Amino acid sequence: MDLRLRGSDPTPAERATVDLFLLSSGVSEQANGRAANTGHEARAHRHLLLPALHSLQDEIGWISEGALSYVCERLTVPPADAYGVASFYALFSLRPRPPLVAHVCDDIVCMKKGAEDIIATLQDKLGPESSEEGAATWLRSPCLGQCERAPALLWQRAGSDDRSHAPASSEAVGRLLADGLFDAPERGTAPQTETPRDPRLRLLRRIGLVDPTDLDDYRGHGGYSALRRAVRLGPEGIARELADSKLMGRGGAAFPIGAKWDAVAKAPVRPHYVICNADESEPGTFKDRILMEEDPFALIEAVTIAGYATGAERGYIYIRGEYPLATHRLEDAIAQARARGMLGGNVMGEDFVFDIELRRGAGAYICGEETALMNSIEGFRGEPRNKPPFPTQVGLFGKPTAINNVETLFNVLEVLAEGGPAFAGIGTKDSTGTKLFCLTGAIAKPGLYELEFGATLRELLDLAGGVTEGATIQAILLGGAAGTFIDTSDLDLPLTFEATRAASASLGSGVVHILDESSDISAVLLRIAAFMRDESCGQCVPCRVGTVRQEEALQRIVAGRKNASGQDDVALLADLVRVMSDASICGLGFTAGVAVKSALERGLLTPQGSNS
Amino acid sequence: MSRAARFKLGVIKRTVELTIDGVAVEVPEGATILDACNKLGIVTPTLCYLSTLTPVNACRVCVVEVEKARVLAPACSRKVEPGMVVHTDSERVRHSRRMVFELLSSSVDMSLVSGEVKGWIDSYGSDAARYGPPAPPAKVGERDARHAGHHHAVDGSVAETVAQPVKIDNDLYVRDYSRCILCYKCVEACGEDAQNTFAIAVAGRGFDARIATEFDAPLTDSACVYCGNCIGVCPTGALMPKSEYDLRQQGRWDEARQTVTQTVCSFCGVGCNLDLTVQDNAIVRVDSPLEHSVTHGHLCIKGRFGFQHVQNLPD
Amino acid sequence: MFGAGGGTSSYQEIEDTDLIILWGSNARETHPIFFHHVLKGVHQGARLYAIDPRRTSTSQWADGWLGVDVGSDIALANGIAREIIAAGLENRAFIDHATENFEEYARMVEPYTLEMTARCTGVPAPAIRELAHAYARADRAQICWTLGITEHHNAADNVFALINLALLCGHVGRYGSGVNPLRGQNNVQGGGDMGAIPNKLPGFKNVEDDAERARFESVWSCTIPPQNGWHLSQMFEAMERGDLRTLYVIGENPADSEADAPHARKLLEGLDHLVVQDIFLTNTARMADVVFPAAADWCEYEGTVTNSERRVQRVRKALEPPGEARPDLEIIWELARRLGNDWGEPGAERAWDELRSLSAMHTGMSYERLDAMGGIQWPCPDENHPGSPFLHGRLWEEPRGGPPAPFTPVEFVAPLDELNAEFPIRLTTGRRLDSYNTGVQTGGYSSPMRKKESLFLCPEDAERLGFAEGERVQVSSRRGSIEAPVAIESSLRPGLAFMTVHSAGEVDTNVLTSDAWDKKSGTADFKATAIRVERIAAERGARHEVAAAGTSH
Repeated sequence: MDLRLRGSDPTPAERATVDLFLLSSGVSEQANGRAANTGHEARAHRHLLLPALHSLQDEIGWISEGALSYVCERLTVPPADAYGVASFYALFSLRPRPPLVAHVCDDIVCMKKGAEDIIATLQDKLGPESSEEGAATWLRSPCLGQCERAPALLWQRAGSDDRSHAPASSEAVGRLLADGLFDAPERGTAPQTETPRDPRLRLLRRIGLVDPTDLDDYRGHGGYSALRRAVRLGPEGIARELADSKLMGRGGAAFPIGAKWDAVAKAPVRPHYVICNADESEPGTFKDRILMEEDPFALIEAVTIAGYATGAERGYIYIRGEYPLATHRLEDAIAQARARGMLGGNVMGEDFVFDIELRRGAGAYICGEETALMNSIEGFRGEPRNKPPFPTQVGLFGKPTAINNVETLFNVLEVLAEGGPAFAGIGTKDSTGTKLFCLTGAIAKPGLYELEFGATLRELLDLAGGVTEGATIQAILLGGAAGTFIDTSDLDLPLTFEATRAASASLGSGVVHILDESSDISAVLLRIAAFMRDESCGQCVPCRVGTVRQEEALQRIVAGRKNASGQDDVALLADLVRVMSDASICGLGFTAGVAVKSALERGLLTPQGSNS
Repeated sequence: MSRAARFKLGVIKRTVELTIDGVAVEVPEGATILDACNKLGIVTPTLCYLSTLTPVNACRVCVVEVEKARVLAPACSRKVEPGMVVHTDSERVRHSRRMVFELLSSSVDMSLVSGEVKGWIDSYGSDAARYGPPAPPAKVGERDARHAGHHHAVDGSVAETVAQPVKIDNDLYVRDYSRCILCYKCVEACGEDAQNTFAIAVAGRGFDARIATEFDAPLTDSACVYCGNCIGVCPTGALMPKSEYDLRQQGRWDEARQTVTQTVCSFCGVGCNLDLTVQDNAIVRVDSPLEHSVTHGHLCIKGRFGFQHVQNLPD
Repeated sequence: MFGAGGGTSSYQEIEDTDLIILWGSNARETHPIFFHHVLKGVHQGARLYAIDPRRTSTSQWADGWLGVDVGSDIALANGIAREIIAAGLENRAFIDHATENFEEYARMVEPYTLEMTARCTGVPAPAIRELAHAYARADRAQICWTLGITEHHNAADNVFALINLALLCGHVGRYGSGVNPLRGQNNVQGGGDMGAIPNKLPGFKNVEDDAERARFESVWSCTIPPQNGWHLSQMFEAMERGDLRTLYVIGENPADSEADAPHARKLLEGLDHLVVQDIFLTNTARMADVVFPAAADWCEYEGTVTNSERRVQRVRKALEPPGEARPDLEIIWELARRLGNDWGEPGAERAWDELRSLSAMHTGMSYERLDAMGGIQWPCPDENHPGSPFLHGRLWEEPRGGPPAPFTPVEFVAPLDELNAEFPIRLTTGRRLDSYNTGVQTGGYSSPMRKKESLFLCPEDAERLGFAEGERVQVSSRRGSIEAPVAIESSLRPGLAFMTVHSAGEVDTNVLTSDAWDKKSGTADFKATAIRVERIAAERGARHEVAAAGTSH
């Protein structure tokens, strides 16, 4: 490709960083002699763009023009394109940044847990947000997925690994800035895994018991028996068990996974791919994080089964960029699995080829959308594709692809452990198996919970010790920022796909956020509206402009201010919600107004200072 | 029978039948709903669609209602399926089209769109004013500097827009991104659909997404080769030859005094067809016919801008 | 080729082929819209090979770039052929069915082993082998070339060498396979079609064919000289001999565009009478006794031009010509009238219809059909004929239509302007994207990309010779010497320099270029000049010889 680079050179450190990354990725330098190849082969490295940008952000702390230009030269990517990609992701900085950056979550859970205090401390110590100079700076961040131990920070550290920090406090942040010492990461909170341990656990069965850093310990806890079973069954047998299990995808669309895998397995176009969507970013959600941090081998095994079942030789796990510990655990688990022949050219001695590549997101909620995620892996902006065609026909690199989220894949292990019909006996007729819930807000024991489908919201709250002492529930946000508000009249709602659908709600990612009387629902709604606007990829008009207009109208309503045009802002919001849900490209747009709509319908939106 | 004739492949023709607005229509397999609508003479508004470019279905103004589907479908890219039942003028469709026009009109300067688009904006009842008074224009470089993610809170007193100063950094064409609806056409024409220079891309995210060179470099410092194929596909006048821009600024651009003549470029042997727009015996703009097999509407710098030699006349 | 001078394929076929060789063609810059078709093909999976001494922008898209030494194309082609034959990859069925003279060809290329070819061309043997195998194995393949093939002292042989490859693999006469010269000007092809070649009548009929001449004479009501005329290089030789004393130049600027320009200028100055018809007062026109100001026919008059896929297309009048300028056709018409031949009312369509009555390949192309169909590709023998997207399908017919296509064995001859210690650097010339030929047209607009006319050197040579970017240096060839600023360009390699001819006013490149020309086609060797580059010494007497640049052999 006839690239034109602007001639800014990388620093030696930047060059070394990129060279090291490319060396590890097997990209060699083009010799400039009397013959050259800069054709198809050279252009086929584009999928390495995002990891290459990560290498710079990780090592150098920001991505300079010279560094980007060098990446472009080595990967044969046009610089404008690479700039478009780099500027898409919130975790990448294209301006100089201090080596230490605190990303402070001010999202719906943390905002009630003292996020603003921490921000005030940071502002006091480091000056205004996003300064280009000094030893450290800070930025506001959407949900960091540490909600059970809010408030949370993510420390991005140039030249060394990032660190999650939760629960954080003004004092701890101040101390850390002073002494530069980071605490060892803590275990995620799943109260049922603590003593006395809940005997009913399935998806969480190994959490807290298994050593997440040891393949052999995983095997000691039954690991890899599901893969062995899968190989005995063969791809068609797996499809049958999955069909019998009636297992539905846990990613929100509730699509039967058996049908999905079968479609990919039978697709005539080759190669096939499998992807694990671990880009868990729905505000209030942290379930996949805990699974990956505490039981990473289970995910490796499940993805391997997916590869075997669908005839794929390569799988990707796309994990959100804000999960350093889970990333580390998975990297380590993949390396161990490779070393032990559980990945590679002859998996488990069963004569099939499969390997997994771990890809990190870089701060873009939209990349949790499956087709945006594929674009992101391919080295493009994380913009969703129009569907159809569906990924089972035209997926990653245009090839048939099975994409599933972490929780779904964990369920596959259960299906293979007990057989499809037995699995179908768990839960309800149309929602089989168990479901993970992320319980936060005004609740005695926030954390990750696993319940059989069909249990009610009340049972879930009881399991968590009920609401915080002295608090009364004002509303419950079900499903996260793309979810709906319900109230105490819905406490006996069975937590199933069908019952929530009937109640015009959605389980979504399993977020159950309890808002008590002291919660400012308007502030929550404004945060959600701002989040949707921030996270819209900008591709389609309804979502790109609609989320802006939604936030503006909501601001006016909350402030009790009239629209200067004389329009009724509630009607305006209804129009906006409708066009976003009808005419957007992807799920983000479809659901960008759902929470606002449900709050309006339930009369939860009260103008400040209004007398009514 | 000749050997060549024996090896000639026949044409496989399969057709798909569907119903649009109650009328049955048969179109070739692989056709889009838009193709089928066109066959029935149903006018479908489009902004980001162009026959020579890969559909990005980003503007969503062509959406139609497909029965049994949860959401509306973009006619420009959704392939027809047997037995599909499509409604192009339902209340739901009209609402979305109106809202898309309204959202764009309230945030972008649409004053130079074609008469056809203006007609749609009116006929769908778009009311750009109902989002409140427009926010003041951004300062030079401000929109280009926005970082993805968190934005500073708005108060809703004004409606945000993409208004910003015009970018003029060369003598051949200008970029007025206050008029940019982000239809991606220029990016596609600069990229894989035609020129493959990739001088521009969409950068940033959400409402801050914008068409940009790397690090917002001036065109003269970018990969741009001034083919102007971005101008050729721009539906809103955001990209415009300098010759046209200057005349408009001077108030002298007058379509009533213009003729368009098709001829062939003289600068190499490829035979690119040119549409010369002439006003007062001077070429003021050059395009290429979209449907021509040689160019598919695309030109190089010489074809689009190299005409000056016939009008550099002594006074 | 094989009787009709035109590319065999359509642009659409370039999109639908499996392998494209661009040989001596920087199409990315000189035929940008053709390159769009190439890239469509590439995006659909076609492999692209670029053969060019420079690592051009075209070659940067290529799956293989072969950095051949200037003027060694025949060696490369023969080496590729030899490798194909040695590997048993030649298309034996096609060779037997449709060609003749294969045995002689095979014998002739036999010495061109990979090793010898690598030595002659500077291209590493593995790259040659890769291309040979890729071309032979491709189901459909295209060879396209430009002036890198034809602006040589052995231009016609170069072309034969490429056609031989197509015959060897059966890559001609089928949809998707072909051999295509990319024409440099909008009507080079049309000029040939119309008989503006000294040995041809319109429709590629031979001047020396009595029957054909008689046909034309009966319509033209005149006598056509029965022998071939002179081509441009022969004209200059005739001027030199004093046989040619009067010259009528239409739309050409030989004072700037001829190789060895000072010599050409001298000859033009020595003419008894020079008439120049042009839209500009070019340097040639300044020397003329009479100047006919012409209209720019592409936008100020009506007519047709033919492109590189043999598509005849209409040009139309969009502007009134300035001042007293008149269309070429009307000037000629008027000249005829003043000379006593009144042809009646001048008209482009009238002239065209007469041509259609004489040239069978154009008969079906009425203005009406050209308008309606967006041009028509010749041959188009009648008004129901759709035109011909590709040529020579007859070679595949059973039984074969017409005579077999002959292999034309050609031997490699090194450029005549030899490199030696005195002139150690090879200068080659070419065009830039934003400029065109001598720049009289493209100089008229403000291109943000325009590069100052310079002597372009690779960074290594510039460093070795101690020249900084922008430094003015003395460039000398066996014919003359000029001053030019140095510019550094990484597409070049040691021993290879590059200049354009876009602005003789800034740098008079053609003072340097070789006046050698091809006896078969009459084209001059602009591509291979031996030069030396020196610092402009304050004391010219003590000429500071620069260390000889190593040649690339």
